[in-house]
Amino acid sequence: MTLAAKIRAPGWYRATLMVPLAYLFAMGLVVGVRALYGWDPLLDADAVTTVSLIAMPLAFLVGIGCFDYWFYWASGRPTRPEDHSGHGASSWWDYFRVNTDHKVIGIQYICTTFLFFIIAGLLAMLIRAELAQPGTQFVDPNTYNGLFSVHASLMIFLFIIPVFAGIANYVIPLMIGAPDMAFPRLNALSFWMLPTAGVMMVASFFVEGGAFATGWTAYAPLSTKTPVGQQFFTLGVQFAGASSIATALNFLVTIITMRAPGMTFWRMPLMVWANFTTSLLVVIATPFIAGSQFFVLLDRSLGTHFFNTGAAGGDVLMYQHVFWFYSHPAVYIMMLPGFGIVSEVISTHSRKPVFGYRMMAFSLVAIVILGFTVWAHHMFVSGMHDWLRVPMMFTTMLIAVPTGIKIFSWLATLWKGVIHLTTPMLFALGFITMFTLGGISGIILAIIPVVIHVSDTYFVVAHIHYVLFGGSVFTIFAGLYHWFPKMTGRMYDESLGKLHFWLSFVFFNLTFGPMHLVGIDGMPRRVADYADQFATINLFISISSFLFGLSFLVFLYNMITSWRNGPRAVANPWRAHSIEWQVSSPPPIFNFDEIPTVVGGPYEYGVPGAVHAVFGDEKRKTPSPAGRAAATAGGGGAQPPPEGQIQ
Amino acid sequence: MRSLLRRRPVLGMTLASLSATAVGIAIALWIDWFPVQASSASPEIDTLYDILMIASVPVFVLVMAVVVYSVLIFRAQPGDMSDGAPIHGNTKLEIVWVTIPFILVSALAGYGWVVLNDIEAKAADTLVVDVTGRQFAWKFEYPGAGKSKVESDQLVLPKGRPTEFRIHTEDVIHDFWVPAFRLKSDAVPGLTTRLRTTPTKIGKYDVVCAELCGIGHSTMRQQVSVVPDGQFEQWLLKKKKSGGDKSDAGGDTASLTPGVGYGDAR
Repeated sequence: MTLAAKIRAPGWYRATLMVPLAYLFAMGLVVGVRALYGWDPLLDADAVTTVSLIAMPLAFLVGIGCFDYWFYWASGRPTRPEDHSGHGASSWWDYFRVNTDHKVIGIQYICTTFLFFIIAGLLAMLIRAELAQPGTQFVDPNTYNGLFSVHASLMIFLFIIPVFAGIANYVIPLMIGAPDMAFPRLNALSFWMLPTAGVMMVASFFVEGGAFATGWTAYAPLSTKTPVGQQFFTLGVQFAGASSIATALNFLVTIITMRAPGMTFWRMPLMVWANFTTSLLVVIATPFIAGSQFFVLLDRSLGTHFFNTGAAGGDVLMYQHVFWFYSHPAVYIMMLPGFGIVSEVISTHSRKPVFGYRMMAFSLVAIVILGFTVWAHHMFVSGMHDWLRVPMMFTTMLIAVPTGIKIFSWLATLWKGVIHLTTPMLFALGFITMFTLGGISGIILAIIPVVIHVSDTYFVVAHIHYVLFGGSVFTIFAGLYHWFPKMTGRMYDESLGKLHFWLSFVFFNLTFGPMHLVGIDGMPRRVADYADQFATINLFISISSFLFGLSFLVFLYNMITSWRNGPRAVANPWRAHSIEWQVSSPPPIFNFDEIPTVVGGPYEYGVPGAVHAVFGDEKRKTPSPAGRAAATAGGGGAQPPPEGQIQ
Repeated sequence: MRSLLRRRPVLGMTLASLSATAVGIAIALWIDWFPVQASSASPEIDTLYDILMIASVPVFVLVMAVVVYSVLIFRAQPGDMSDGAPIHGNTKLEIVWVTIPFILVSALAGYGWVVLNDIEAKAADTLVVDVTGRQFAWKFEYPGAGKSKVESDQLVLPKGRPTEFRIHTEDVIHDFWVPAFRLKSDAVPGLTTRLRTTPTKIGKYDVVCAELCGIGHSTMRQQVSVVPDGQFEQWLLKKKKSGGDKSDAGGDTASLTPGVGYGDAR
């Protein structure tokens, strides 16, 4: 291929050319508009940065080829029919191009998000290095504020939320017996928006004034007054948010319309239920954070008065209400998929049906609904209306009920099981215990008089890490170990996996446990410097955190070496019933040679002769009445490829 | 041992849980969680926290006990390929674990509400102090002291007198927090927020900004001196005479309560 042809074709060459062009376009637009208004100076660096932060990511997405098909279609030119030659990945390079295969996209998601997990983890190490002693050691206060802001933003928007989307991308279509996601091109676009957002957030360290330094919460009016680094957050969140919304829509449509014949809602694995409910949350809530950041953007760039109080009529509490109307449900966006993973892992590895399956599904729905009624518990000391506090305290505490149902049902699933203490099982059990602690500190953080003392302290830092690391990240590890054989076709090293669990479990607690104490004792969060009385315990926390950070290397080593040289995995190493385990490891390019028919629940362990799904041969041999009825009734179900590709 | 556990798992687990709960509660109550109690709100909030600990420990112990016991007695022997008992649920049990948490959280929320009303109750003869945050220091004004308003860099409060803080900001959001008082409120542009309490213990305590407010946030720490009523009036008078001059040496609170520092009072 000639260079000219390479540049015209979708891919990295075209993207590399288009991104600088977008920067020049941004500069031209700013200079042009300012010239029309007669403003001086003509070249405003902050304005150019802002416009290019919109133009460059879009140019990248166009260049890499996310929009080609749609552009051809919209302009009336003949589209290139999908011949599926691009499906699957035959070399590592296939992961670096726009690919519409949900399994490739799943791996792309997981690897990309772990890259940002590592970056955000290293930032955490810098934070703890600075906090090892009172006073200033390594970084100045502005850089420090940037460190924890970027750390939190990457962990939330570039790791926990999208890594769950990545795992689900891989396993959900397989679990429901679908050949792919409903909208494969949208799926690819969702993925490619992510690295764009992540690069923007990391790049903010290299601009004048440093990285955005207002926390991941970016409260106005501080965020409307800080240097240009803030724009990297304001706009980065838009791309990450758009990615999440598009993926969630994709999951909803896929789960609603592409289930295999016989897969009724009450036969769906809880992993599917969890992603269905999470997607509802994402679609409803995420536009609110987009809105809150647009308000900040407009105040900063166009001089609007959303947060300009006084005569201008702005209202700074409005930011917090809109922000938390997303960001509290976001906590469940980061937890419900983990609930799904843990249900799969506990049931499979203790060889028992999930206890109270329907209540488990209903409790997910209850959390979705209640999740929208509690946002103001983040604002108990914010100066909002006093009367709103007590009802929000009550709804917040009420969430303990559906969450309790889940915890107790997992415990009842363990009871009288045949427990195999594999690595995913260890992480699932670690999750149950640590998440219970996070839930208890959550209850404490709902009770207004206590919150008046502990809000904005290290107690909150401890709580959020118990629910997001002891909770979410433990479930992510459980899920990755559980599905590693399916995704890679190889087994991970069990002893290294167990070592990873015990190191992370111990040092996690030594790092975040003591933070409860310093918080209640009077240490605020988000400080580069602190009173001398907290010196000893902070040194202890810092040392624990470094060891905690090192424990991740065990995981990394295990994943990389096992993926390359691990023993070949059989199709169903865990003897699980759900559909993804009934195909080869890794699955065929189009998932199924023949779409399975679902004839029973997904967790019928211990029930003699029970199966979840049957494939062609068995189907003809032993036709199940239930399966047949559903097969004829199930319209819009998945069909074999390539017709099944709804484009 | 293992066979004994297998025969009477619930009995053993119950006994272990009860003792672990007792030990856990003892430890939770023994830990000195809070800073010194220096306001009327402090003892109430500390007691509420203790009650929360007493309610929380059994929940955590229960979860831990079931996890540990399950692993101990239901763990697969090497090579065991069998399945567990096909139990799909138990309606009675599910009703129990919906009802008990519901009652528990409702009761705790109700108790929290009572304490909230208590600590925010209005009182007669209230001393009003205007607290104003700016990047990166607090400023305090005493408007009730006659015509000439007293302004100070130091917060001085009389012991035993109900005080209302009216909190403002000149720039971004700050948060006025006195850990020893257990009280905290954001200072919000465009709004006046209020806190009410009565200082109960003579001493010097930290005033901390608890809301990220920019580069100097971590150094936005000052002190409050709680002094006997008479001493407070003297200080106010001296301040008034000097016209609220900020550099006024007469307002040197260090001389007011010698030897009683934050660290000593703990």
